[in-house]
Amino acid sequence: MNAPTLEFAAVAPEPALQQTASKQFHVLEHHPENGTLLGFWLYLMSDCLIFACLFATYAVLGHSYAAGPSGKDLFDLPLVAVNTSLLLLSSITYGFAMLTMQQKQMRATLIWLAVTGVLGAGFVTLELTEFAHLIQEGAGPQRSAFLSSFFTLVGTHGLHVTCGLIWLVTLMVQLGMHGFSEANQRRLQCLSMFWHFLDVIWIGVFTFVYLMGSMA
Amino acid sequence: MKLFPVLSRGLRALPLLMLGGCNTVVMHASGDIAVQQGKLILVATYLMLLIIVPVIALTILFAWRYRASNTKATYTPDWDHSTQLELVIWGAPLLIIIALGLVTWISTHTLDPYQPLRRLDAERDLPAGVQPLEVEVVALDWKWLFIYPEQGIATVNDLAAPVDRPIRFHITASTVMNSFYIPALAGQIYAMPGMQTTLSAVINKAGDYDGMSANYSGGGFSNMRFKFHGVDQAGFNAWVAQAKASPLALDRPAYLALEQPSKKVPVQRFGTVTEKLFDAVVNRCVDTSHMCMNQMMAIDEQGGMGRNDSVARPQVLVSDPSGEQNRLLTKPYVRADVCAPEKGGLRQAAAQQVAASHLPN
Amino acid sequence: MFAQSDLQTLLLGRLTLDAIPYHEPILVATFAMVALGGLTVFSLLTWFKLWGPLWTDWVTSIDHKKIGIMYIVLALVMLMRGFADAVMMRAQQAISFGDNAGFLPPHHYDQLFTVHGVIMIFFVAMPLVTGLMNFVVPLQIGARDVAFPFLNNFSFWMTAMGAMLVMASLFIGEFGKTGWLAYPPLSGIVASPDVGVDYYIWSLQIAGVGTLLSGVNLIATIVKMRAPGMTMMRMPIFTWTALCTNVLIVAAFPVLTAVLALLSMDRYLGTAFFSNDLGGNAMMYVNLIWIWGHPEVYILILPAFGVFSEIVSTFCSKRLFGYSSMVYATVVITILSYLVWLHHFFTMGSGASVNSFFGITTMIISIPTGAKIFNWLFTMYRGRIRFEVPMLWTIGFMITFVIGGMTGVLLAVPSADFVLHNSLFLIAHFHNVIIGGVVFGMFAGINYWFPKAFGYKLDEFWGKMSFWFWTIGFYVAFMPLYVLGLMGVTRRLSHFDDPSLQIWFQIAFVGALLIAVGIGSFVVQLAVSYVRREALRDVTGDPWGGRTLEWATSSPPPAYNFAFTPRVHDTDAWADMKASGYTRPLGGFVPIHMPKNTPAGFVIAAMSAVLGFALIWHMWLIAGLSFMTMMTTIIAHTFNYKRDFYIPAEDVTRTEDARTRLMTNA
Repeated sequence: MNAPTLEFAAVAPEPALQQTASKQFHVLEHHPENGTLLGFWLYLMSDCLIFACLFATYAVLGHSYAAGPSGKDLFDLPLVAVNTSLLLLSSITYGFAMLTMQQKQMRATLIWLAVTGVLGAGFVTLELTEFAHLIQEGAGPQRSAFLSSFFTLVGTHGLHVTCGLIWLVTLMVQLGMHGFSEANQRRLQCLSMFWHFLDVIWIGVFTFVYLMGSMA
Repeated sequence: MKLFPVLSRGLRALPLLMLGGCNTVVMHASGDIAVQQGKLILVATYLMLLIIVPVIALTILFAWRYRASNTKATYTPDWDHSTQLELVIWGAPLLIIIALGLVTWISTHTLDPYQPLRRLDAERDLPAGVQPLEVEVVALDWKWLFIYPEQGIATVNDLAAPVDRPIRFHITASTVMNSFYIPALAGQIYAMPGMQTTLSAVINKAGDYDGMSANYSGGGFSNMRFKFHGVDQAGFNAWVAQAKASPLALDRPAYLALEQPSKKVPVQRFGTVTEKLFDAVVNRCVDTSHMCMNQMMAIDEQGGMGRNDSVARPQVLVSDPSGEQNRLLTKPYVRADVCAPEKGGLRQAAAQQVAASHLPN
Repeated sequence: MFAQSDLQTLLLGRLTLDAIPYHEPILVATFAMVALGGLTVFSLLTWFKLWGPLWTDWVTSIDHKKIGIMYIVLALVMLMRGFADAVMMRAQQAISFGDNAGFLPPHHYDQLFTVHGVIMIFFVAMPLVTGLMNFVVPLQIGARDVAFPFLNNFSFWMTAMGAMLVMASLFIGEFGKTGWLAYPPLSGIVASPDVGVDYYIWSLQIAGVGTLLSGVNLIATIVKMRAPGMTMMRMPIFTWTALCTNVLIVAAFPVLTAVLALLSMDRYLGTAFFSNDLGGNAMMYVNLIWIWGHPEVYILILPAFGVFSEIVSTFCSKRLFGYSSMVYATVVITILSYLVWLHHFFTMGSGASVNSFFGITTMIISIPTGAKIFNWLFTMYRGRIRFEVPMLWTIGFMITFVIGGMTGVLLAVPSADFVLHNSLFLIAHFHNVIIGGVVFGMFAGINYWFPKAFGYKLDEFWGKMSFWFWTIGFYVAFMPLYVLGLMGVTRRLSHFDDPSLQIWFQIAFVGALLIAVGIGSFVVQLAVSYVRREALRDVTGDPWGGRTLEWATSSPPPAYNFAFTPRVHDTDAWADMKASGYTRPLGGFVPIHMPKNTPAGFVIAAMSAVLGFALIWHMWLIAGLSFMTMMTTIIAHTFNYKRDFYIPAEDVTRTEDARTRLMTNA
């Protein structure tokens, strides 16, 4: 999904040619800025709106327990705390990967990315464990509108993290194949935005769903 | 193709088009609310014509005057700005919208269907001490059930009210959304399952009027119509007596049978109605094995009932909207008996207390 | 391993022979026609050996111009389907009185009005708008392509695959019987256990991905790729409206995606979002779908406003009056469109203050819209108006649209809406603004930019025929509906008892036939123009005396659009260039950097269509396989790093020389 890479240094126009192009109406070769980061940011904002809808749904239905269990009955806060720290930590390790990328240290970058991946996988595993446990207890998404909206909101986030993991692995392979090419650096930047974005969403989930749900 | 007869009939009807809009049920209603709504349409239309007519006239005028072949007309190819004109073209619509906004704010509040009526019609205020006639309306698949709690009767697809007595409709639905609409009486209000809406209205002229569901609700929708009779007090008494004479009783089993999808349903009358049936319909617990929604909400407000197995998931035979096929589907509900003492819940005492105050009769 | 029935269920899910409507003569006849047409096209393509060119030049093309054209072709094909549905509904309502039940049972009729709405909005109006933006915007801003050419191709194919799923529902199973917004509980599994709503969900989800990505793409294009000198306040108005429309798309379509996802969770997994019994709330759906739905109508109308702005100033040979107020009006409409959604359900019992608030915000939108109308009016003032076909559509629009605007403001007064909501008055209103605004705008745009796309003008006589039949047909078809609405007649009815209403429906039916002649004239216009293309040929690239950059290049434009990127000094960049003595560069060309074609977009979209179909019919095995294939293709595509190439300077020189020869010979 990236725009053509722009490596134009090779095409230095000859001075004679430059004169034929009228100064008033033409530029000999115009290189528009790369729009990938803007485009990806726009995509993230649209994704953010999906989460906004899910948060709104949770806000409306989050107390409709249908005479069943509430968050207070179900949430295992210590487990969620571990989960949260895994994800927050993975954001930091991704940051280190970006720093080492800027210094063009391939080995270090790959290691930091791998650590990020492991932390992310840990997060997803813990979340799946939590889900399995809830479903086993009869508190699955079909139990009440509260649980429907809980599973959908948290599950959508988890799905995003899973996609991020697949992307991460793919990108590590591509880094191995093509090194720090301009395209790969841009891709790392996009994934970085994606990963931090998921962190921000999770902070919302943690606060509004788990913390407030356990206190209510 | 019988195009020509159709065409010539169409041409003959064209003058009607202009007049047609003025002589219709919406513009000439028989109930005070609908009359005011019709007048509001006229006022708003006149206000907007203040700007629409000049725009259309100027469009035609400019198109004609500045046609390319008319070389005598002024031509200013680079003229593209005029502060005064800009002020007018933003200001004029603004003024009209301010006026219309005021009309909107006032009319929306005076004609709020939830408010009790303040007058009988333009000339007459509401006499002191008049109680509105209460009518409970249930949109079923695909017929209307009207319950008269004061009179203790119920009818299907037949509605009556005395002239000049305020009516207060309480409206809900059994399965899907419908809209309760009697154009001659008042604007429509949706009928939605698990929710209750209200409509206040009064009929000023005796007559038989059309009522319908205005919101598409499935296969039997087109025939989901009824007659609304505006009658004098004697006529109303007779109408009630006719229903009272019916041997049919609308109890819970009778309602559950009636609730099943059916099309083109003839008028039915019930001489007696189980008390608070409408409440049970709104709270979706006519079937007493279902927990009432208000009870469930009260429990939820106190934090639910903890882990329990209170949801029943029966396989139910339902027919699809076309009424053609029956299918087995899971229709889950919360069991009413989870509050029973022997079941034991986490917050059992609280739940019982709530249950006691909310259980339907 | 499996018993026969198990294997069948595993492979085919709930798809059985019963799902094929061979007992409905209308559908069988339609299928025969479609099959015959398909076979003809197939044989012609094979006979003329066109499969290769079709694949390399169109299906896999990432050229924004070709993608734009494909969008419009898709929209016109779907227009035929959507319009056929409309004629059938009009016919049914014209005859189904008293004892006559008409020729459509509710089971069929209810699908018709649902599919008509879905097709006309998602697969006619949207692709027309997106197609026009795709074709015109990069040319207008002096760019070589869009920001993400591959995504552009992918977006188109997602839209096309969504449309294909809707078409499939005609012959395999059925479409929803819920109305075009599928409110629960009616669209829930209990009231609609069949595949209809699932077709609805998956066709919109698949097309929605395409729409969203194309929105992201065009915003990035407009923000990042404008020619040097083209500041925001020098962008052509069409580009401005395109920008605002795409902002609306990016900010609205995720809501549709989310709400449809929730509905599908209710239907597939048995969650409790919109059913009452376990604490759900159907009002949540109604609110969310209209938070998408109201901006959607501005997504459709804003580009039409842009088209009219371009056409008015071109055919009046005059600068557009009030450029900046036009821009501000567009931006104000964009923002306000998010503050009005509740006016679609005043009658669902919200309080008087809430209703008044949303009523008044709705009315406020008419202020910038009114300002726009005045701006076009004063562009005509002291102009030299040429009544070519695009200008006719524009004037037709100005008169028709203000009537629709007026009835729209009427509906925005909550107490008036109580009597007009769900009535045929409402139907007349939104057809008045969508036909009078969007459709007129798109026909104006097609007539206006056709010579740019194909190098010859469209035939004028048949263009005028199409204009007059559409316009008169519109009035004959929809004015009776206004009257019927005031007579208290509501929408979506397949049968009536009151015989006095019949005449109005018969008039409306005649109107629909007149529109059919209008559509027919348009098809004839295309055919006649193709036959007469040498007589209608335009070699200048600027047949109308245009004012914006797209008219600066040849018609059709070369793959690279501009041999040299133009430098912009004025809002009407091309008019300014012509006025200050522009000469076309004849030499000194340099290699041009361009993106490469790829089949990835088509493959991924096709896989998602298979996935959608499998999910609709509960073919879990096929769903899993197509999902895996789709993911693999996406990942494999990211391993393709060679996505661009250079058009050598010699090729550019050859193309430009050919144009020079054409221009001197003409």
